[in-house]
Amino acid sequence: MAVLAAEPGAAARGVDWRHVLKESALAAFIALMLTITMVGLRTLDSGGSLIIETRFPEVAVAVLLVFLGRFGLVLTREGMPLPVLIGGVVVAAAGLFLPLPATVLRVMTVAGGIILALRAGWVLWRHSAVTADREARDLAMDRVGASVQRVTRYVAPLAIAFAVALPFIPGLNDRSSIDIATLVLMYVMLGWGLNIIVGLAGLLDLGYVAFYAVGAYSYALLATTFGWSFWLCLPLAGVFAASAGLILGFPVLRLRGDYFAIVTLGFGEIIRVILLNWYDFTNGPDGISSIPRPSFFGLATFTRRPGEGDTAFHDLFGLDYSTVHRVIFLYYLILALALIVNFFSLRVRKLPIGRSWEALREDDIACQALGINRRNIKLAAFTFSAMFGGIAGSFFATRQGFISPESFTFIESAVILAIVVLGGLGSQAGVVLAALLLIGMPEVLRELEQYRMLAFGGAMVLIMLWRPRGLLAHRDPTVTLHGGGRGAKAGEAVAAAGAPAQ
Amino acid sequence: MSAALDTGSAGPLLEVEHLTMRFGGLVAIDNVSFDAADREITAIIGPNGAGKTTVFNCLTGFYKPTEGRLALDRGGRPYLLERMEGHDIAHHAGVARTFQNVRLFGNMSVLENLLVAQHNTLMRASGYSVLGLFGVPSYRKAEREAIDLARFWLDRVNLTARADEPASSLPYGDQRRLEIARSMCTRPCLMCLDEPAAGLNPRESADLNRLITDIRDEHGIGILLIEHDMSVVMQISDHIIVLDYGRKISDGTPEQVRNDPAVIRAYLGEEEDEELPPEVAADVAADAAKSGPAGGEGA
Ligand SMILES: Nc1ncnc2c1ncn2[C@@H]1O[C@H](COP(=O)(O)OP(=O)(O)OP(=O)(O)O)[C@@H](O)[C@H]1O
Ligand SMILES: [Mg+2]
Repeated sequence: MAVLAAEPGAAARGVDWRHVLKESALAAFIALMLTITMVGLRTLDSGGSLIIETRFPEVAVAVLLVFLGRFGLVLTREGMPLPVLIGGVVVAAAGLFLPLPATVLRVMTVAGGIILALRAGWVLWRHSAVTADREARDLAMDRVGASVQRVTRYVAPLAIAFAVALPFIPGLNDRSSIDIATLVLMYVMLGWGLNIIVGLAGLLDLGYVAFYAVGAYSYALLATTFGWSFWLCLPLAGVFAASAGLILGFPVLRLRGDYFAIVTLGFGEIIRVILLNWYDFTNGPDGISSIPRPSFFGLATFTRRPGEGDTAFHDLFGLDYSTVHRVIFLYYLILALALIVNFFSLRVRKLPIGRSWEALREDDIACQALGINRRNIKLAAFTFSAMFGGIAGSFFATRQGFISPESFTFIESAVILAIVVLGGLGSQAGVVLAALLLIGMPEVLRELEQYRMLAFGGAMVLIMLWRPRGLLAHRDPTVTLHGGGRGAKAGEAVAAAGAPAQ
Repeated sequence: MSAALDTGSAGPLLEVEHLTMRFGGLVAIDNVSFDAADREITAIIGPNGAGKTTVFNCLTGFYKPTEGRLALDRGGRPYLLERMEGHDIAHHAGVARTFQNVRLFGNMSVLENLLVAQHNTLMRASGYSVLGLFGVPSYRKAEREAIDLARFWLDRVNLTARADEPASSLPYGDQRRLEIARSMCTRPCLMCLDEPAAGLNPRESADLNRLITDIRDEHGIGILLIEHDMSVVMQISDHIIVLDYGRKISDGTPEQVRNDPAVIRAYLGEEEDEELPPEVAADVAADAAKSGPAGGEGA
């Protein structure tokens, strides 16, 4: 509750370097004390006798990482997030390219750097969003954002029309293009789902992939064990993921800011580790294979020779058999699912619950003073966000036909979060743009693959420099007294109406 | 003072009994008791760090008091605030507040700020937003009513023209009034204003005084007011409570408090004389001039 007494504008003070160094050194010392025994010394069983192996390079790297991490966090708090953001990316890159003694160290270094960069980026983003500094440049960018958003209202129906027509546009209707489009749409859906909790409610969730995993495994297990159909499992996967969201929601309710982010990060990892180690249930690292493909709404299958009593899709419509049919069907499926999430997000912003999410993002103390039950609305945000993540997960499972814990690493959460942050504060169109940039581009330019994370980091730095609130961050009121947004409303209604029409 | 007579029989709106708040070793409020009546402005004054804001934080559930009883009587229904959760205090007991450093939803429009304040009403009308998702007529009606209430308060605080702008784009004085309007949209029975006039120019400050007295007279609610500007306090409050180092040192009408030697001592005892309210300073100077050097001991 010290928040009530705290004065804003901590950034205006100069940085007390001695204090910063002291705090970082203290953290590093504690890390040293902990790691020197737990990591530095290892007992090995060699031919019946126990010998102690030392691993001091690991200790050194861990301590250095803790020092740098603490240093970065304190600097961020002292109002210098930008150098920290760049430093985080540099550390992550160093982890990739420097010769480190063990893979685990490489992973730790890269993850540490990315977390630090994300954290600093988040502060930059939030800070400029909250204090709304009226720099001329920011104002100009905001006008760009506003006009882009206005244009989006008219472009959105066109974009939806284009998306619907894509499988029939010559030159773009080959298998690989549709595959890429499906992949991009998956991330658009995940981005929109995560946007509910991060963009609207302002809670930094670093473990979104957990819900994605819960959805994917729900479908995979239900379908392979009980043979339940995809169309039954899809909503069930949503329900399971939503329950996971609720279960996680309870313990983290009281946390906010960094603590919240760290606990969600931990939750994401816990889910992955459970999937990895609960061999009897999840098949561990071997994953689950031959996950059934979806049928055509239970009417027909997408196989050349259907089994007894089944109809084939190509027979149903009198077409020649083609493997592309299923690809196109999956594409339409994810398009419809993504549009449903979009429809929900657009509608909910105009409802009391959505408004209270945004209010929570702006000032949660004021929320409580207005009689808003913060616990309940946070839980609701978590649950809905998780539900959409789970539905996307079950789509992922049915599309891949094979899932393993490999697909649900922290990097995945980071990518989805990057899409939301780059796209802009709660901006639906921004997510599409960012997903096209981050997912579509590397898929098209395959050679870039190994530099993808580097490109991510670079893009993040650039965006934060250029436009800390995200590409298309511009917020229009959800309701107006003087009717300034009437055109806007009509446009959004069209965009929203696209969803049920699919 | 006729308003006070109306409610005299019904008992006070708020009874604070033996309120104590400790932070570790620091006693921020030390056994403070006072009453606040309906249709009255009860001012809480005192030097910096006296514990005024802490009293508000206890009343509105941001702090759990270490000891004490906070009894509120909302139209005959009793509430014990110290046992309630913060949001329930605002929602059920009807205690609204503003903050010393304004807390608006900066990126949301002025109108939206006022609609968020009606969250609980709108949630019920929209079937906890589920029915609202499908645009049921009952929710549309409730939203129209909510906008009407918001418009009433916007007119009242002269912000109707800027209703669709982000709250953070308003000048400071407007933000302060918007925060008051937002609290009033929760339809409270007790309003706690934490230094509403801080940072306002004299004209804005005079408008604000009129707004506060109007709220008292037209809406019949009790008002708790923390204020540093003595001229304002003496002019508009019906009842004043003076805190110093967490203890109550005086309690009474503006007239009584103005002449209370304990109050004068507390304010003079301050090292920085920036805290010395001009009115009190003038009084003290006048007293000193009148009674001469011997007067001090007599008082
Ligand atoms: N959360 C807290 N933790 C520790 N001490 C606190 C806390 N909140 C308030 N205090 C202390 O309680 C005392 C009273 O603070 P409070 O904010 O109530 O003063 P105030 O009368 O409102 O002063 P001002 O006129 O400056 O607003 C101060 O000494 C303050 O430092
Ligand atoms: Mg105060």
